[in-house]
Amino acid sequence: MRNTLVSATRVTVRWMAVLVAITLPLSPATAFEIEDERRFGLTSAANEMAVLSTTDIALFAPLAEAFLSQTPNTALRYVQATSRQVHAAIDEERAAFDLVISSAMDLQMKLANDGFSRSLPDDLVASLPDWARWRDRLVAVAQEPVVLLLSGAALPEGTQRPRSRRDLIALLRDNAALFDGRIGTYDPQASGAGFLFLTQDARMSDSIWRLAEVMGRLNTRLYCCSGDMIAGLRSGDLLMAYNVLGSYAAANLTQADGVHIILPEDFTITLQRTALIPSTSDHPELGVALLNFLLSDTGRRIQSEATGQPPFDAQTFRNQPHLRPIRLDPGLLAHLDAMTRRRFLAEWSAALDQP
Amino acid sequence: MTQATRQWLRGKATRPASLRRRLVLQLIALSAVLALVLYVAVRLGAERASEATLDGILGAATTAIAEELRSVDGGPELELSPGTFSMLAAMGEERIFHRLNLGGSAVTGYDDLPMPPDTPTALTAVFYDAPYRDAELRLAAVARSLMIDNRPTPVLVVVGQTREGQRAIAQQLANRAAALGLAVFLIAVPLSLLAAGTLLRPIGRLAEAVGRRGGHDLRPVRHPAPTELQPLVQQLNGFIARLRSTLTQTETFIAEAAHHIRTPLATLRSEAEIALRQSEDEPTRVRLRSMIRATEESARSASQLLDHATVLFRAEQPAQDRVDLGTMTAALVDRFLPTADLKDMQIVLHPPTDALVTTGDAVLIEAALRNLIDNALKYSPADSNVSVSLARDGNFARLSVCDRGRGLGGEGLADLSQRFRRGPNVGEVVGSGLGLTIVSETIAAMQGRFELTDRENGGSCATLWFPLHE
Repeated sequence: MRNTLVSATRVTVRWMAVLVAITLPLSPATAFEIEDERRFGLTSAANEMAVLSTTDIALFAPLAEAFLSQTPNTALRYVQATSRQVHAAIDEERAAFDLVISSAMDLQMKLANDGFSRSLPDDLVASLPDWARWRDRLVAVAQEPVVLLLSGAALPEGTQRPRSRRDLIALLRDNAALFDGRIGTYDPQASGAGFLFLTQDARMSDSIWRLAEVMGRLNTRLYCCSGDMIAGLRSGDLLMAYNVLGSYAAANLTQADGVHIILPEDFTITLQRTALIPSTSDHPELGVALLNFLLSDTGRRIQSEATGQPPFDAQTFRNQPHLRPIRLDPGLLAHLDAMTRRRFLAEWSAALDQP
Repeated sequence: MTQATRQWLRGKATRPASLRRRLVLQLIALSAVLALVLYVAVRLGAERASEATLDGILGAATTAIAEELRSVDGGPELELSPGTFSMLAAMGEERIFHRLNLGGSAVTGYDDLPMPPDTPTALTAVFYDAPYRDAELRLAAVARSLMIDNRPTPVLVVVGQTREGQRAIAQQLANRAAALGLAVFLIAVPLSLLAAGTLLRPIGRLAEAVGRRGGHDLRPVRHPAPTELQPLVQQLNGFIARLRSTLTQTETFIAEAAHHIRTPLATLRSEAEIALRQSEDEPTRVRLRSMIRATEESARSASQLLDHATVLFRAEQPAQDRVDLGTMTAALVDRFLPTADLKDMQIVLHPPTDALVTTGDAVLIEAALRNLIDNALKYSPADSNVSVSLARDGNFARLSVCDRGRGLGGEGLADLSQRFRRGPNVGEVVGSGLGLTIVSETIAAMQGRFELTDRENGGSCATLWFPLHE
């Protein structure tokens, strides 16, 4: 009886989806907030695939062009959104995308854990090391360190570049007046990636809480995105940005900006950009094709060129032991629990908001 | 229908299968059952063991989460540890779902996660299976109570995990066990064949040894037999012994009887001959002559019965004498010359160019030759020749006795050499029907050959081949 009801509901939902598809073919119903959208490929292309991603369009554009050049008769609609919106689009709205790429590993893991992702072809999964995939549902397409950005102006003459969080805390304490109001970091409340970095920081070491206290005293400004923090540094508004995506920093900062990109040597969280093909996908075969392309030598080379990051592999982790890849496993789910998240954010706020 | 017939019919209907086939089939069936049992046992065992292990981990994790739950400022506070979740998922990359109920309503986690069938008691995990979303989950639930607003409030922690990895591992183990079982089974087939062969070899040897024995071999079976077959062999030997003793008794009886008949017959005959000579009355003479002939017939029969008994007795354990056939034949021909003279017949002897020596029982050989020459003389018309020739024929000495008698009358050697069997054309010639039987049994005991052939222009030839002494 219960099953019948459920399937009846499903049928209704499907009919509604069909109706929506018929009546609104040009403006897909996107209740989730998108940041940007672009269509790659010819208008005459027979197939159109949809990609939902947190990656900036500018960074993805060369990949899309290269992929389409070797995939005839296909167009690619690229939708950029924040990681929380990406998760909501799939989890709550069941939006039809053929590939979902996000830097928020925990949210991606939750999508996969909750059964929203399709199983990927065996050969694709087998080509990846264990730490770069979870089952056959979620794979890493890129790795990048989460870095500390420090403006050259923030380092007084003769001062060493901080090499660890301890050095950083000392630097901030010693130059409180200089840094006051000119420190930026992610707002974990708003940004999925920011929350992930912070929970990983807390998992690695307690030093984050001391840093939070120091940063709170210096009226740290909270940002939604890496791009805004980088812009703040370039304009001189910020002297320091904590937990910035390495790929954005390398792509957007030039030598002339005089910004140091620091990989803390106590530990540098290394993020994996993960991809999954949602169960709602209309063209899963195109999703697999794009995924294969991203993981191919060509795809890796283009990503590497666009972000200025070396391709990450086991060798890199051996040579740079301070790079700590975030484990791609359901341990990521712990901090997504509503109560745990609430408690964690409360702790963060308490540390940051000094009376 | 008698009991025996019914039994015979039943026996026909269900013909007993070969022992080897039965044994092999049973062994193979046994190993198939063993392989299956192995597969099932390993599969169930692997599933139980891994489930128990994983339940232990799941239960511990659920309990740990329940214990981490704290009441802070009158409200619950939970800090899920990523380590716990990692550990739960580590075995086979499982999916994890959790739920926290406070005072009967879900406060965090998956609020539609299935609830346990029974409410667990304090801090003891309850395990259950339930479908959730697109997966089959193994769930653990732990209950405790928490002070919320100064009132103890029941808390329920439910953690569920998929068991795909465990199932895959159990399946893998079971597959390995199945492969092992299959290997055991495959090895069992040739081993069964081998075992059956080894087991049945003594039986086969015994059967072969018994089968090889000649029809007249009445010696006990001395072939080594396995213990299980000893009763059979003993019974067989007992049977043979009884048969031999019966045969011996019979032959002895015949010999005794023949002997005892021959002597008074000789007296009777000589008395009758005297009476014949003295009598002048023609009807009396006719009667006396017929009496003499009947006496003669009886005497010959008695003599041949004696011969036959001798042959049978001696053939059983034949003596191994060296016999010079040339000498023996010449002597026999000499002895028959007076008889031949009576019928105006001639015995032509073709002696061999060299000495032909055979190995055998001299008494038997002489009896055989005597019977052949006697037959030739008996069935030949007066004034004809009997030729006796002896020559070398390869590894054999060939002895032929040819006459111009009445031939074989269309019967073969097999018929004529039967006991008491006489040809259809013997007419009034006296005979017992034992002569050729004696010859054929003698030659068989010596592993020689005996042939009877009709001769052109009438008569027949009896030919014997004796193996030559090496």
